[in-house]
Amino acid sequence: MERAILHCDMNNFYASVECMLDPSLRECPVAVCGSVEERHGIVLAKNYKAKAYRVQTGDAVWQAKEKCPGLVVVPPHYEEYIKYSRLAREIYSRYTEQVEPYGMDECWLDVSGTEALFGTPEEIADRLRATIKFELGLTISVGVSFNKVFAKLGSDLKKPDAVTVIRKESFRDQIWKLPAEDLLGVGPATGRVFHRVGIHTIGDLAQTDPRYLRSWLGKNGELLWRFANGNDLSLVAKKDFIPPIKSVGHGITTVADLETPEQVWTVILELTQDIGHKLRSHGLSARGVAIHIRDNTLETRQWQTQLGIPTQASVILARSAFELFRKTYSWRRPIRSVTVQAISLIPQDMPWQASLFVDTEKLEKLERLERCVDDIRRRFGKNSIRQGILLRGAYMPPEKAEITMPAGMIH
Amino acid sequence: MNSRKVYVDVEVTHRKDGSARPNTITFEDEGKFEIDRVLQICRAASTKVGGTGIRYTVLISGKQAYLFDEENGRWFVEAKNRGNGN
Repeated sequence: MERAILHCDMNNFYASVECMLDPSLRECPVAVCGSVEERHGIVLAKNYKAKAYRVQTGDAVWQAKEKCPGLVVVPPHYEEYIKYSRLAREIYSRYTEQVEPYGMDECWLDVSGTEALFGTPEEIADRLRATIKFELGLTISVGVSFNKVFAKLGSDLKKPDAVTVIRKESFRDQIWKLPAEDLLGVGPATGRVFHRVGIHTIGDLAQTDPRYLRSWLGKNGELLWRFANGNDLSLVAKKDFIPPIKSVGHGITTVADLETPEQVWTVILELTQDIGHKLRSHGLSARGVAIHIRDNTLETRQWQTQLGIPTQASVILARSAFELFRKTYSWRRPIRSVTVQAISLIPQDMPWQASLFVDTEKLEKLERLERCVDDIRRRFGKNSIRQGILLRGAYMPPEKAEITMPAGMIH
Repeated sequence: MNSRKVYVDVEVTHRKDGSARPNTITFEDEGKFEIDRVLQICRAASTKVGGTGIRYTVLISGKQAYLFDEENGRWFVEAKNRGNGN
């Protein structure tokens, strides 16, 4: 049976929510921007009026204002975005339990086999569009197709507040002429490879011998070839599906550039507090640690290392991360942001080979200590107990609502 | 714009089946108004003043109005701007 997949994309999500909550903004070019004081001063989203001035996501606020002098800049309200994202998913769930979010503002829905109940996929798409508009005051564009990749492509073709159908019989005429970069999974790097070998459109990609693609891009090349030919068989996850955790990370842009190793150490220590806690609450241990360092020219570098033994202890993660940092970072420029990640995760009760030279007793004691700290924090608040050195923590920005960012569909 | 969002005090009966019936609203300094009938309940966005919630289409002294429950404890109505031109 041919599948019926919808991809619903909420148009200019952040900016649309702001304009919906405050209709006086509707007539103005609007950009939702991070805080300049906290050094997140870039455009996160913009409405169509701002787009007309070529304001782009990622522009610095001053740049955007230069392009569009009358631009209204509003700060982000993440709690509202989370609320409307949840309400939209509740509306999608009226039609199917297979609702797979892709970031905050996009979802795939598998509505195969519901025709007798709800009508054709196109009718469902149209009803969803109307319902979201009526109930939430927001617009979506919907792609309807027989696989996830084309459904996503479809939702990009006509915006806002529109439905695009890509059918099995006619997808070659409809999308093969589009640039290859429009296909999900073709990023800038893959795009460059394609252009070098003369692949410019999705059709070019579909008609290239997959063996060549494999030699240029590995198995990903063959996957993209299958996508271009409409052979994406990936399923739409059920709405309560929680993907297995592959890493636990935490990163921040500091309020001022970091210039000494001591400053970096306090930031790393602070970041690993949360990582240790998350690992314990998910029952996972890390066998490795990775750091991402971005300097003040926005150049990012990352390194990783394996740990001798799996651990959940924040302080061990912090020490390993800092050790890695000391060995690798050359201090050519001050640092703007630091991310620490616990990687190579395993269940905490998985047996492992002990080493003769590791004091496991001490390690266990350390983990017990951290669990105790967790308990104190749970009862008396996060800041009730902390390392003395972190009391100076002047580099950390204030805490924000936590947001789950899209996990890649292609692994 | 000729409408504005006005948050109001509401007296509500919460029934044991989970449904709610707003009985009166207190509108700014104009006092308390009885809600004669609830005509429709649905989830909707307010196109006039922004925001969303559970929308009660109510009849107050023969006039139809929308009353929105934001589900965070606050209720609002779409009020007409007073006649001084703003």
